[in-house]
Amino acid sequence: MPTLNLTFPNGGKSTVNTDLFINNKWVPALDGKTFATINPTTGKEIGQVAEASAKDIDVAVKAARAAYETSWGEKVPGFERGKLLLKLAEIVEANLEELANIESLDNGKAVAIAKAFDASEVAACLRYYAGWADKNQGKTIEVNDTKFTYTRHEPIGVCGQIIPWNFPLLMFAWKIAPALATGNVVVLKTAEQTPLSAYKMCEFIAQAGIPPGVVNVVSGFGPVAGAAIAKHMDIDKVAFTGSTLVGRNIMKNAAETNLKKVTLELGGKSPNIIFKDADLEVAAKWAAFGIMFNMGQCCCAGSRVYVEEEIYDQFMEVLEKVCKSLPKGDPFQASTFLGPQISQLQQDRIMAYIDSGKKDGAKVRIGGSKGSGDGYFVEPTIFTDVNPDSKIAREEIFGPVVVCSKFKDEADLLRIANDSMYGLAAAVFSRDVSRAIGTAHKLNAGTVWVNCYNQLNSQVPFGGYKASGIGRELGEYALTNYTNVKAVHVNLTIPCPL
Amino acid sequence: MASAKVTINSPSGLKITIPTGIFIDNEFRPSLQGGQTFESVNPATGKTLCSIARGSVSDVDAAVASSRKAYKTVWGKKSTPGQRAAALFKWAELIEANAQELAELESLDNGKPVWMARDFDVADSAGCIRYYAGLADKIEGKTIEQVEGEKLAFTRVEPLGVCGQIIPWNYPIQMFAWKVGPALAAGNCVVMKPAEQTPLSALRLAELSIEAGFPPGVLNVVNGFGADVGDAIAKHMDIDKVAFTGSTATGRRIMASAAASNLKKVTLELGGKSPVVVFESADLDQAVNWATMGILYNQGQDCTAGSRLFVQDSIYEKFMPKLIANFKAHKIGDPFHPDTFQGSQVSKVQQERILSYIEAGKAEGAKVEVGGGAWTEGAGEFANGFFVQPTIFSGCKKGMKIVDEEIFGPVLAVAKFSTEEEAIQLANDTAYGLGAGVFSNDSRQCMRMASALEAGTVWVNSYVALSNAVPFGGMKASGMGRELGVDAIKEYTQVKAVHYNYGEDLDWPLPAKL
Repeated sequence: MPTLNLTFPNGGKSTVNTDLFINNKWVPALDGKTFATINPTTGKEIGQVAEASAKDIDVAVKAARAAYETSWGEKVPGFERGKLLLKLAEIVEANLEELANIESLDNGKAVAIAKAFDASEVAACLRYYAGWADKNQGKTIEVNDTKFTYTRHEPIGVCGQIIPWNFPLLMFAWKIAPALATGNVVVLKTAEQTPLSAYKMCEFIAQAGIPPGVVNVVSGFGPVAGAAIAKHMDIDKVAFTGSTLVGRNIMKNAAETNLKKVTLELGGKSPNIIFKDADLEVAAKWAAFGIMFNMGQCCCAGSRVYVEEEIYDQFMEVLEKVCKSLPKGDPFQASTFLGPQISQLQQDRIMAYIDSGKKDGAKVRIGGSKGSGDGYFVEPTIFTDVNPDSKIAREEIFGPVVVCSKFKDEADLLRIANDSMYGLAAAVFSRDVSRAIGTAHKLNAGTVWVNCYNQLNSQVPFGGYKASGIGRELGEYALTNYTNVKAVHVNLTIPCPL
Repeated sequence: MASAKVTINSPSGLKITIPTGIFIDNEFRPSLQGGQTFESVNPATGKTLCSIARGSVSDVDAAVASSRKAYKTVWGKKSTPGQRAAALFKWAELIEANAQELAELESLDNGKPVWMARDFDVADSAGCIRYYAGLADKIEGKTIEQVEGEKLAFTRVEPLGVCGQIIPWNYPIQMFAWKVGPALAAGNCVVMKPAEQTPLSALRLAELSIEAGFPPGVLNVVNGFGADVGDAIAKHMDIDKVAFTGSTATGRRIMASAAASNLKKVTLELGGKSPVVVFESADLDQAVNWATMGILYNQGQDCTAGSRLFVQDSIYEKFMPKLIANFKAHKIGDPFHPDTFQGSQVSKVQQERILSYIEAGKAEGAKVEVGGGAWTEGAGEFANGFFVQPTIFSGCKKGMKIVDEEIFGPVLAVAKFSTEEEAIQLANDTAYGLGAGVFSNDSRQCMRMASALEAGTVWVNSYVALSNAVPFGGMKASGMGRELGVDAIKEYTQVKAVHYNYGEDLDWPLPAKL
């Protein structure tokens, strides 16, 4: 059984399985293929992991279906499912450091952040949905006295879940927690850039006592394994987080095969609006955090900043200062905030955007180049004097690149802020909370932050307007994604019309 | 100050050490009233188990002051749902880890079989606490559409504050869990008075709550008697809500005291005289088993006990011999024996009450089919226990005490009926409305009965089994409010509506609208 023995720069050690996880067992891909996962800080290969083909997806789906019909779904009452999720949360909490180490090695994010945020939020998310497991209630609905009518909230069945590489652990939890709580079984494909931390979670899943086949995890590539999931005739629902481009394909594949239910959490080009009465220093820090957190690799990154003209110059000074001060380098250094981007490909893409920005006549205030060292670093970059129709203003860059503009007229500003195919998030900074709320209500985004950025909680829904997605994750709302509502009409006294 | 503890030597060999004091601010101490104490008795043997601190009005005052302080500083709005959930989850775990000890303690104090206390009472109690732990961060208000651009209307669902909780002796641990679970999850602080007959398990639960991480003052436990401690809680000017489970007579007094003092919120879970109706289409053997369970479980000391049985005349002659045989089939006696189903009643007073009802039944002309007196076959120390024979009266009619009043023992009043209409009329002809059962294989009839029966819980083709996820409570004189399920949170929260103006200016004088 192939494993990787990892030794981390901070002295930590871990052994991670690299085969596919099906039926709580580790199995090689049927055709024996493997692929490399790279450490983006060094550019070097960490090791080989199994590469799932469509045939492996078939095997996983069969295992999931069997589990659904015998040892999960309605065979296990809600409170039992809840207990198992609680147990998993406990195990995660006992192993935060190991999880953070693996995550940081595979993804490049700062290990301190991976532990304090990513891994910790995994436990919180699991615990939150554990509490819902026995509370997904239907209704009895009074119509008249001739019949008894009620709804049942049933699980959907076998759910395919495809997650991205920016928050591998957290995206894993956001997906499996509501699905399992409501009684569904899962076939989950990790991102090819970050297969490792999920495989560690799989060990914990088995340890927690979650029955075989309930969670199946495969490493592999989108066009092969991901497509196989989207097209599978025995997967009842697919949930995808990733780019809008791939999201379209997933939805198309679902439509053309068995019309499986689809939820999507896609890209964004979220506007961050700073009014002149904002607390300037604080707003600039939040704005920096909003774009630079996770090296700009957040679907909800505040990548367009609009500053009211009166405070623009002052604001930009502070923003520049803060961005320049962010410690960058080795993610295993305790003080690091900015690690490398996830991959060569991503680094190239970001650099291509930066070049196009320069060509379009935008000014580079700071950055605009690759970082130093072996890893896929990109310097924190601020663009100003940007043409609003340029690529860097409209397209999702997914890197530490922010496009800043000034505004004068509020109505015009709102029009510009909403003028995007995306609608994932937005933010408003103002000391006048009434003004902030009024503006928040006018922004076409699934999450609006007032006087903060990137603050999410398991209890509060998250998802996109427009091309940023379909459906909501987190909060009670996520249960709907994993529930089939059955209406039952019990005839008491209605005679047949014939 | 060192807290006094006592060690009880359980018949199993286990040594159970419990604190004996009044529990305030995460500490156990003697009663403020001269260190007064009272005794707890093992009702299966009549022997004294130990002495524990007896609370006074001063202790209640101290407990309330402590809870109020905790509410203002470390709980309520000063705590996060996550903190409350974490403490509750931990407590549930600790209860499970100490299940055997808690079960034996419960059995010694209450007289119920140990295996039942462990596998039902304790297990369900841990489940209940866990259920509410999972609800703590899901207590949500709403935002409500108003005129866009002018105002935002939303509700906040806030805790009540300091809640007094008075629980009975029939399911000490479980009643404790049902009360504290939703109260604490919603952010309230609790002053709990266990029943004077069964004060012990609450002390151990309180001790475990310290380990679970509840800050001092969030939970205070004052053991004592209804006349002073219970009364003080009902009348207290700084308690925001009182929840009481017990007799209807006491419930009335609690509600009157609440009204006369500070109009504190009141929820009551009171008595019952629950009807079980068996129709001719029922699976006979199953109906017999469930009907037996419905009155004999917990020695008949269940507020939902199916104590009035109505059997359709067409099956009466087949039904009764089976029922009578069932009443002779189970083991009575030593609660520590794994085969025992029926232990002792909780106290001598209760035993005597039940026996006097039995005598009334005989005197009023009902026929004793089985049982009819004290159970005296206990060997050794059990000869002094407070046992009652499982008893069936037939030929029962409204107007007889055994039909109209709650006996709270293993005594069943049986009558016949002919039609469904008659069954409904007989079943509902009571001041109570806690539980009801219907046995029938006619699904439409089951639906009609489920609708017609005036009871907060209706069992169709089963009886007595509850679930932490399903609401429970009484209609009519059986009480007000619901426990269990998500609904219980409503009894421990209050809704504040916020009208948040962010876009409306007011002209003065107000322009008249045409």
